[in-house]
Amino acid sequence: MKLNKDNPKSLSAANSQLSVEREEVIKTDKLTKRFGDFVATNQVTFEVYAGEIFGFLGANGAGKTTAMKMLCGLSKPSSGNATIAGFDIYKQTEQIKKNIGYMSQKFSLYDDLTIVENIQFFGGIYGLSDQQLKTKSNELIETLGLQNEANKLVNSLPLGWKQKLAFSVAVLHEPRIVFLDEPTGGVDPITRRQFWDLIYQAAEKGITIFVTTHYMDEAEYCNRISMMVDGEIKALDTPANLKQKYAVSSMDEVFYELARGAKRAVS
Amino acid sequence: MADVVLNNIVKTYNKGEVKAVNDVSFEVRKGELFGLIGADGAGKTSIFRILTTLLLPDSGTAYVDGCDVVKDYKTIRKKVGYMPGKFSLYQDLSVEENLHFFATVFDTTVAENYDLIKDIYVQLEPFKTRRAGKLSGGMKQKLALCCALIHRPNVLFLDEPTTGVDVVSRKEFWEMLKGLKQQGITILVSTPYMDEATLCERIALIQSGSMMMIDTPDQIIKKFPDKLYAVKANNMIRLQTELRNNSQIKSCYSFGDYHHITMENEQLTIDNLRASLQNEGLYNLEVKEITPTIEDCFMSLMNR
Repeated sequence: MKLNKDNPKSLSAANSQLSVEREEVIKTDKLTKRFGDFVATNQVTFEVYAGEIFGFLGANGAGKTTAMKMLCGLSKPSSGNATIAGFDIYKQTEQIKKNIGYMSQKFSLYDDLTIVENIQFFGGIYGLSDQQLKTKSNELIETLGLQNEANKLVNSLPLGWKQKLAFSVAVLHEPRIVFLDEPTGGVDPITRRQFWDLIYQAAEKGITIFVTTHYMDEAEYCNRISMMVDGEIKALDTPANLKQKYAVSSMDEVFYELARGAKRAVS
Repeated sequence: MADVVLNNIVKTYNKGEVKAVNDVSFEVRKGELFGLIGADGAGKTSIFRILTTLLLPDSGTAYVDGCDVVKDYKTIRKKVGYMPGKFSLYQDLSVEENLHFFATVFDTTVAENYDLIKDIYVQLEPFKTRRAGKLSGGMKQKLALCCALIHRPNVLFLDEPTTGVDVVSRKEFWEMLKGLKQQGITILVSTPYMDEATLCERIALIQSGSMMMIDTPDQIIKKFPDKLYAVKANNMIRLQTELRNNSQIKSCYSFGDYHHITMENEQLTIDNLRASLQNEGLYNLEVKEITPTIEDCFMSLMNR
């Protein structure tokens, strides 16, 4: 993939000056979710711009999963507002689901269907026509170099391949946004980097990437990241600005600075 | 004799179709903190299950604390502590109940070995009446460790104790392991996080069921075959494309805010590289020689 030198979507060109003119594909305003007395997500306000790679970080129990479920239209907020791809998080959850892709480390594909069957199944759910499905699945299998495995059960693939395939399936219908929940957990270091190549390619096509990870080197690959601590967003900026702000040299240290005061991680 | 010994262990699944552990041999010395470093599917869990007598190897021999894993399985089970990768305590028992249960099963009491788990358990104590299933990830991990320790094992097996755990809790967990090591317990721990490798005394790098290298982290880094450079520029994606298209560059991998590269031969100097990248319109270039990390070593070995 050769990139245009003046490509406005290039990583380094991202950052603040773009935010002014770029479309907000995720916009939340004091988004809150309570479970009884427990405030899982507390008045979270942020924007994600079209084509951005946005890292959604936080300690265990910080409220990331709860927030993500709301953003995907799977869980109703207790209060606050949000639009995803322009659709309202309360009233238009079905449209939201059609315009997003989702993959996680835990649920991705059906192990007992073949690769082709999985592509057809998920493509079909997202309403692709037979013709589109055929073209797209051939394209995908070729890009991933899975020609010899196309009719094998997903179960037989190594984890790294499963994850690459799951990502490709999640963006098959060219969603506005794809949500990735720890997509590279447990994957070997080379495959992990190949996975990020796929993320960049999708971002180049204009698909917005919303990703969580425990690998702090991956936080560096994001245009901007947010850090959740105890249900609130404690920091949101480019990795470079965050490192500068906390006067440290790695994202690992930024994370540590922000998360070590967390109260919830211990309860 | 070392506390853990494996000689040419082989384990296959699906009637030999899947080779999970492929002729693996290594030793863990008494009191050593030994790390098994590899991705999911590398064979780490199979090795753990063989050593804890939960799985029979196809061939090869293995000993734990002097006992044969096949013949002396009953003795081994009394002497080892095992924390599986998947949370395996009773979710509907409280913190306290779980601990007492495991102590009783091993014919001992919490009081008898409390000194061993004290530093860890005090963090759990405020929640001792809470059901295990309702604990956060970090707390579940601490409870599982306490339960694996409560019979004062000679050897502790920890299968991916920090997977899916955030940076802060991971640091805490490794601090706890250091404390246990000081008490003389031999520890075999596995992890997919390469940055944790340097916290072990010796490590085995494992991929697709085979050992790629076994040594101290320092020695493994010394054995890295090439000079390694870190490169940075204004546009990291374009920089990567340029580096990958350059036939004189042997390898190029992203590492946070740098790309790490090795060169095909020494003819390509840093100055030449810098000039050619500048020609491609890249600026704010930074090129420097660096010491490899374990992750660099792991990837280099994978490509052999």
